[in-house]
This record gives sequence, structure tokens and C-alpha cells, in this order.
Amino acid sequence: MSVATPPEPSWTTRAREAVLGALPPEKLLPDSQPTYVASWIYIFGVASLAALIVIIGSGAILGLKGPSWWHFTGIGHFFNSIHLWSVELFFFFMVIHLWGKYWMAAWRGGRSRVWVTGAVTFLVAVPAALTGYVSQQNFDAQWIATQAKDGLNSVGVGAFFNVTNFGQMYSYHVLLLPAAVIVLVIAHVLLVRKHGVVPPFELDKRLALSQTGEAARPAPGTNGASS
Amino acid sequence: MTRPRWPRREAVTAEWQGGYAPYDLVKELLIAVGVVALLAVLLTVLFSSPDERPSTIAQWSREQPVNFVAAASKELAGTSGTATYGPPYNHNADGQHAAFLYPQKWLGVSHPINTANDFVIGPLRTVPDNAALQSAVAEFQAAPEKTRMGWAEAFAKPLEEHETALEEKKVPNKDVSIDPTTGSVAVKGNAFGPVPTMMSGLLDLARSGGLDGSLLTSRQFFQTDYTKPLLFMSDGGLLAERAEAQHLLGNQWGMMNETGSYPGQTWLWLYTVWYQVEPFKASKNADILVMLVMGLLSLAFICVPFIPGIRGIPRRIPIYRLIWREHYREQEAAAKA
Repeated sequence: MSVATPPEPSWTTRAREAVLGALPPEKLLPDSQPTYVASWIYIFGVASLAALIVIIGSGAILGLKGPSWWHFTGIGHFFNSIHLWSVELFFFFMVIHLWGKYWMAAWRGGRSRVWVTGAVTFLVAVPAALTGYVSQQNFDAQWIATQAKDGLNSVGVGAFFNVTNFGQMYSYHVLLLPAAVIVLVIAHVLLVRKHGVVPPFELDKRLALSQTGEAARPAPGTNGASS
Repeated sequence: MTRPRWPRREAVTAEWQGGYAPYDLVKELLIAVGVVALLAVLLTVLFSSPDERPSTIAQWSREQPVNFVAAASKELAGTSGTATYGPPYNHNADGQHAAFLYPQKWLGVSHPINTANDFVIGPLRTVPDNAALQSAVAEFQAAPEKTRMGWAEAFAKPLEEHETALEEKKVPNKDVSIDPTTGSVAVKGNAFGPVPTMMSGLLDLARSGGLDGSLLTSRQFFQTDYTKPLLFMSDGGLLAERAEAQHLLGNQWGMMNETGSYPGQTWLWLYTVWYQVEPFKASKNADILVMLVMGLLSLAFICVPFIPGIRGIPRRIPIYRLIWREHYREQEAAAKA
């Protein structure tokens, strides 16, 4: 009598198990945080995210009405102003968030990918904003386009990324670069959820080391954040 | 006394074994969106946003006819900034380089522009019912290249001198005159061939607004590519004059500024700062050098977790004690207890 072998798990099953293994619901949407997450600096991560949402919302409204709407109507100019200020806030919050994470050495404990995705997000956000500035259809756009072209041309980028071509820049600004920023931000947030917020430096271990003079290994079950 | 030091090994993530506090992630995000939206609205109500009207070639030719004709003459002679730019617009130069790196040249000419044909001759060919003008264009095109350049350069020279003298607040070249009634520009001399007729025709076309359209619709009805009109205008003085008044020139921290007194792309400060200092400031290859420096710094920024020294600074400068002061206070209290 033959014994039936269990069927191979499907790709879907494997994907679900991998996702749930890395990010179980209680990690993805936690209702508690470690007690050390108690500083005003933590606000700037979520503030960056909030500013990005306001940017996308105001940008979508501008996109619905077309690229020149805001020049000729009060309501259009109002939404353009919200778009501009939310971009300024986004970069402001993001810079403080990055500095905060640097001083926490937030890449510790296997979190280097969290830092890398955050840094790349910042760098991709720069051309996302630049393409917005050259899509404004005003004097600022004219001047920035004629100046930015020289830097981009000098390294050959101008051959396929032409800042004086409004149509191309508008496509980059409303779709390609925002999509890249959103994907990176999602990856960044999921990595934070997976690894948890970086814990404080363990001063007690540092003191212990200075007394024993030996490199301590993190004991099983500890947060292992020492470095 | 032994100096305290940190463990060498970078351990992997493990569960936090300390205390937890209640936390509502969704509520926090929604409140943050609300607060940031309100802040953006408040800034909008208080400061609005800048919107300086764009310049046009028509405006340039009306406000600065000598500057316009001087720039157009140089486009015709092939001596303008765009004509001598190199890739991606033409093969008239190699472009910028750094040591053995010539990326501008390597990527080639992707947006071909012949300034004489695209900015002057082509638009003039579209002007109807002007036999004298078309005859002048035909005469120019039929002449040998050396003669064509000689005519255009000879015509451009006094115009340039006139413009330079005005910039330096000196007595302008007396060979150049502007008719106050018609706004037409005349240059004394007879070594210019058909160029004066062509320039007069181009100035008329530009003043009517026809050149703006002609440079934009050269290929098809629907157009979104402003490369030609923008490059032509950037060879003249109007854009730079407006930019200087708005503190937007390269030596005024350029692109990180915004028109008016608004914050611009302040995140470009590190990119802009190199243009203010030597050896970048005076280099003919400043753009590629700055881009390379910024490329390396960007790479270093991404790789901070892996760079010895840089990654260790947060441990040595204990700002973390301020960030986690509550945590350390609790630890100390627990240790004392």
C-alpha cells in the first residue's frame, strides 16, 4: 500500500507564509511600542510620511485640472501653494528624521537596509521635486531648466533626461518619480516594522566591557543592539 | 584607567525584552496627516506661492532688441553658447570632462540643434510675402561657409560691444542705432552681406510673437518640447537679467533659491555650495566636477552603515543620551533600586 505524499506547497502558499513570517499582523500594525520610543525625534518619521500624503493629495488635484490651471484661478493657485509648502515640509521633516536616525546609529542590529532605503528615498525625492520645479510653466521653471541642463548634460544624463522638455519632465513628475518614492517609502516602512525601532545603545554592556576588557556577545533573547 | 569601549560585533535584530507602552499607529498617522495638512494650509494662507510670468522671445525682442539681434547673429555665425555647446545638441565641442571621463561626448547628440538653421534660417523661411527677405536668405545660403560666418560675425561684433558697454555703464558703440519708432536695429557698415535684412526680418518675426511659435512647432502640431526656444533665450540676456534680480544666478546660490523671498530647493545647498568655492568656481568643467563630487557624497550617504569611522561617530558623540534620556534615566533608577 503506497503512502500519499503531501502536495508541494503552491507559490501562493509560500509567498503568504514568507510574508506572514516576516511581518505577522502584530508587527505590521502594532498596538504597543518599546518604552524607549519616547522622544520628539520620532515624530519626524511619521511627519515625513504625512507630508508625502499631502503632496500626493494636492498634486493629484493639480493633475486632475491640468498643468496650467493654477496660473489662472484662485483655487488652483491655492492648491499649488499647498503642494509647494507640503514639499518644503516633506524635505524639512525628512532631513531632521535622517539626522535623528544618524545619531541613533539606526542601522544597528541588521537594520542597514532601513537606512539604505531611507537614504535612497531622499535622493530620489530630489529629482522628483526638481521635475516639479521645471514643470511650473513660469519664469522659475524656465530659469531652473536652463541652469539644471548643464549639470545633467555634463554627466551625459541630459541625453535621455531633458529638463527643457516640459512633456518629459511632467511625466517624470506626476508618475515615474512619485511612484519610485512611494515604493521606496513602503519598503522603508515595512523594513522598520519587520526589524522594529532601533533600541538604545546599551550602556550597561559598554561598562561591562570596560571592566572585563572582552568583547561581549549578545546573550540569546536580548535585543542584540550593542555595537 | 581603562577607557570604556563598545562591543565589536554587529548583532542581528532580536526582540526587545524590556517594557512596552500602548501605541496607536493608525491614529498617529491620521493625526499627523491632519496636522501637516493644516500646517500647509496655514503657510498657504500666510505666504501663498510665487508665480512669475514666463519670458517669451517676443518680450525679449521688444524689450532688448539689440541684445536679441546680437544673440541671433551669433546663432547665425555659429559662435553662440548653444552653437558651441557640444553634446547633446551638436558636435561642435566635446563638452565637459573630468580627467579621462567624457560622458557628455560618449552619450552623443540626442537633441540635434543647428542654431543657424533652427533659430534663424528655418523661421525666416516661414515668413510669407516678403521677396526681399527670402532673397536675402537665399543669398546667405548660397554663399561659401567662410563668407557666411564672416558676414554674421562682422554684424554681431559691434552689437556685442554695444551690449558689453551698456553692462559696464560705458559709452555704447556708435555704429549701433535703434529706431525709437519701429524698434528696428541698424549697424553701420557694408561688410555684412544679406545679414542685416535677415536680422531685420527675424526681429520683426520675433516682435510679432511668430518666432516663439515657429521654434516650438517646427516638427508637429502638438508640442511639449521647449528645448529650442529655451536655449535660444538662454543665449540672450533677458533670462539672466531677470534671474540676477531674483538672486537666481549661479554665483548667487542659483537653483536652491526661489523667485521672490520664498524658500526654494534648499535641499540642494550642498550641490550649490561647490559652485561658490575654488577650484570649482573658476573651472570650465565645474558642472561635471560638482556632479562627480555629489555622486560620491550621495554614495557615501547611502553607505553610511558600512563606512568605518562615519558609522562610529554617533557612539562617540553621545547625542543618543539626549534622545533616549528617559530610557537611561529609568535604567539608572532601576540599577540604584
